Amino acid sequence: MKVVVDMNKCQDHGQCVFAAPDVFQLDDAGHLVFVSEPDEALRTDVEDAADVCPLQAIRVEDTTP
Amino acid sequence: MTGRIAVAGASMGGLRAAEQLRAAGWAGEITVFGDEPHMPYNRPPLSKEALAGETPFASLALTPRASAADVVWRLNTTVTGARLTERVLELDGGERSGYDGLVVATGTRPRRLRCAGPSGPGSGRHTVRTLDDAHGLREELIPGARVVVIGAGFIGCEVAATAAGLGVAEVTVVDPEPLPMLRPLGAPLARELLRRHELRGVRFALGRGVTGLEGARRISGVLLADGSVLPADVVVEAIGSVPGTGWLEGNGLDLSDGVLTDAHLRVVAHGEAVPEVVAVGDAARFPNARYDAVARRVEHWSIPGDTARCAARSLVAALTGAERDPAPFAPLPTFWSDQHDFRLQSFGAPGLGTADIRILDGDLTGDVVAGYHTADGRLTGVVALGGRGAAALAARHRARLLQQPALTDPAPTPATV
Ligand SMILES: Cc1cc2nc3c(=O)[nH]c(=O)nc-3n(C[C@H](O)[C@H](O)[C@H](O)COP(=O)(O)OP(=O)(O)OC[C@H]3O[C@@H](n4cnc5c(N)ncnc54)[C@H](O)[C@@H]3O)c2cc1C
Ligand code: SF4
Repeated sequence: MKVVVDMNKCQDHGQCVFAAPDVFQLDDAGHLVFVSEPDEALRTDVEDAADVCPLQAIRVEDTTP
Repeated sequence: MTGRIAVAGASMGGLRAAEQLRAAGWAGEITVFGDEPHMPYNRPPLSKEALAGETPFASLALTPRASAADVVWRLNTTVTGARLTERVLELDGGERSGYDGLVVATGTRPRRLRCAGPSGPGSGRHTVRTLDDAHGLREELIPGARVVVIGAGFIGCEVAATAAGLGVAEVTVVDPEPLPMLRPLGAPLARELLRRHELRGVRFALGRGVTGLEGARRISGVLLADGSVLPADVVVEAIGSVPGTGWLEGNGLDLSDGVLTDAHLRVVAHGEAVPEVVAVGDAARFPNARYDAVARRVEHWSIPGDTARCAARSLVAALTGAERDPAPFAPLPTFWSDQHDFRLQSFGAPGLGTADIRILDGDLTGDVVAGYHTADGRLTGVVALGGRGAAALAARHRARLLQQPALTDPAPTPATV
């Protein structure tokens, strides 16, 4: 699974951080940092994070094995 | 698993419901009926970035999860009625459509002013709910335009800020309340909100309602209760919303403000839950076990997702005999609003804690976080006002909100508040 965030859209709302704290974090300056290829076990969390992003900036892509 | 779930309303609530039905294990048919011509799209930018022209309208479409790929979308289709005992929907054109399970996701429509005056296309009179509404308004927010926004709630304040940013000649917000967003925010933040808007060129006519609209075919002015007239080329009505639940009439439901549900989002008919009919999003009036037993509608963007998850589980359990999640629905409401260069970010239910508002962080004229408490000192919500950093400040209090006991629990000892 690959996580893509459109950084032109992202406005650092941080909602994704509450949904998937293992994947998304805000750094000290309040800007988003994230793991781009998280473990498959985190899929539900990541999909929830994509749902709750107010800017709908997060895309979850399937990586071909 | 066979059978068919019908979803009425093809916006965020309808989409999230379809996705969560799949997540809850429903493998049967799902058909979504929606009266708009568009696939579900994101509404918040309609009063902000998209209205400002910064985000193209085409980019607002919500991307359905892969699991929802086989959902049938019946757009341009109005649900005109329902026979819940027969499990049948009535569609415009006279078609009847049977279902095994039903999701109510018909949201709200703008409340309209009850006064005569020009109306319809070309009249200069607008509301902002749909993509088409926003398109129409955008075309008229041109340099030289005198804009009057009726209603100082969040949509009115956002539209006023966007219009001011587009360089229209003047923007005035009218409201019978003495401050903008007074009810959700309480006086301290509402007063500061007013100051920030005025500083950025938005005018306010507060403490006075609208009694009439002037003009023949096109708006020329707005008449206020004190007899004064605000000249206007464009009027935006942002005076709240009306739930789109009229089509459910005649089924013994409580439709007094949206459709009443139980703690599992099942609609209630004649005092009893109807297990195969659930409601989500802006149209649902549900109790939140985090607070108390009072059912409320919550028009926050976070609610369609939260309600869809709980409602889908209830519905799939009812249709398949699977075990139902016994936990009552207890979401932490989340809300934001962008106006000019600042953001409001709220967590919890500040409206339940306006008895005692305290500044928790920062100061009112910069980045500030206010805490909302009941008369006996319980924190019900926090609201931040300021730059992007303010939202992060508010988030620091979110964990504490999640740990608060329900309002109906015995009063906590002061040390735990
Ligand atoms: C301009 C604007 C800005 C907003 N900004 C914010 C914000 O900054 N932050 C925030 O938290 N929230 C915001 N919101 C609120 C948020 O967008 C709503 O809470 C959310 O859209 C609710 O989704 P819903 O699917 O329940 O209802 P809706 O989006 O209202 O969808 C209901 C759908 O059902 C359709 N429908 C209605 N009746 C029928 C029928 N009989 N038959 C068929 N279809 C029908 C409607 O046309 C509509 O497409 C904003 C809303 C608007 C309008
Ligand atoms: S929720 Fe969306 S906007 Fe907010 S930080 Fe995450 S990706 Fe960015």
